[in-house]
Amino acid sequence: MAACIEQIPLITSLVDGELDAVNSALAEAHVARCEGCREEFERQQAIRTLVSKPGIAHQAPESLKRRIEALPELSARRQWSARRVGSWLAPAATGAIAASAALLLLTSPSQQSLLDQQLISSHVRSLQPGHLTDVQTTNEHIVKPWFNGKIDFAPPVPELADQGFPLAGGRLDSIGGKTVAALVYHRRLHTVNLFVWRGNSRNRTEVEDGFALAEWSEDGLRFAAVSDIPLADLRQFEQLYRSRAGLDQPAKG
Amino acid sequence: MRDFSSRTFARRRWSEPAETASDEFRKQVLPHLDAAYNLARFFTRDATLSEDVVQDAIVRAYRGFSGFRGDSAKAWLLAIVRNCCRTAVSAPKSMAGLTVHESGFSDEDSKELSNVRDPNPDPEQQAIQQDEIGRVRSAIEAIPEPFREVVVLRDMEDLSYAEIAEVTGAPIGTVMSRLARGRAILASALLPARGSVDEQSRSAN
Repeated sequence: MAACIEQIPLITSLVDGELDAVNSALAEAHVARCEGCREEFERQQAIRTLVSKPGIAHQAPESLKRRIEALPELSARRQWSARRVGSWLAPAATGAIAASAALLLLTSPSQQSLLDQQLISSHVRSLQPGHLTDVQTTNEHIVKPWFNGKIDFAPPVPELADQGFPLAGGRLDSIGGKTVAALVYHRRLHTVNLFVWRGNSRNRTEVEDGFALAEWSEDGLRFAAVSDIPLADLRQFEQLYRSRAGLDQPAKG
Repeated sequence: MRDFSSRTFARRRWSEPAETASDEFRKQVLPHLDAAYNLARFFTRDATLSEDVVQDAIVRAYRGFSGFRGDSAKAWLLAIVRNCCRTAVSAPKSMAGLTVHESGFSDEDSKELSNVRDPNPDPEQQAIQQDEIGRVRSAIEAIPEPFREVVVLRDMEDLSYAEIAEVTGAPIGTVMSRLARGRAILASALLPARGSVDEQSRSAN
């Protein structure tokens, strides 16, 4: 037997305890003598019980809690550096957060991985809005002179757009306390940071925390490329860069 | 990460001075973060989008907090979450958390951009009663709006009719009938068919 249509709102309110004493008594009396309405009452109650069971409602995931905790709006006192790190991390892409978290947790790293970490965190930092380039242009003849007077060496700035690595610009960065030139190239949606400074290093490639690294040196300059593209693509970048820079030498790796 | 956020909470507890707006906000509004996320999840049916929506809602709530005068911070926050959900659901999918520095990406590139991995594997969903939970959750997700939100607000978040009316902007009578309708849809999905005497419901389904 179906419930009485006109009684349904009353039955719903009875389930929810939203009726005053008088209406509550009336509704209960009706439910007691009408089979259809009793069934309607029981079904609504069963549904309410089922839906309110623990585990059905979603809980805010940890990732969201961290995002909320890192909101600059919520940090009235900004002196805690942990909080600053938090708000700094907030806008970064998920991968960047994971990578930075991994960096924070690393213990007693060797010299080499210390450098790798600095390279990766400079790379990650550069992906923050507004941090990528100080001189933003696709013109190599603007990027190269821009470094004049800012650093005491001249990094080669070849254009590689025809090979799928368009030049995006350059900026000054700091690695291991030294001022370095950072050249920025794109690879589809990805960014390649090429850090250049004085020094020598052996040729090597590395994948660390999901980032590909390639390091080499030429003519007293040290080059370190960092990106989240596959290592094979970064090797290709290295070869292109080295050949276009007029420093063509067989690449090891 | 977990480590530093719990440290941040601990610092907060000892900090003495007079309560700032941000302390008050934390005390009154942030306890309803689960409710905010739950409403967003069932409204948008998208885990990643829900996080963005709730973050947006919290920022808006914080900015508007000085104007909050009601008695239920929960209903007030959920009204903001609901508005953000409506905006997010009606907007084209462009809420990727990435800033693109060069313009002119192809459609294929843009597709790749929005292909962000779901950061939320929702551990509690893998619990023992996964079947039951999954079954009930999908049945709720299958309720069409505007009936779904009323069921979520009443049966999960335990808001009163008056609060639901405040959140949804619908009169109480409408809240009541939507709730009855939403529960009926759920009942036909989750409960055995009505008693054998009831020919009407048997032929209706």
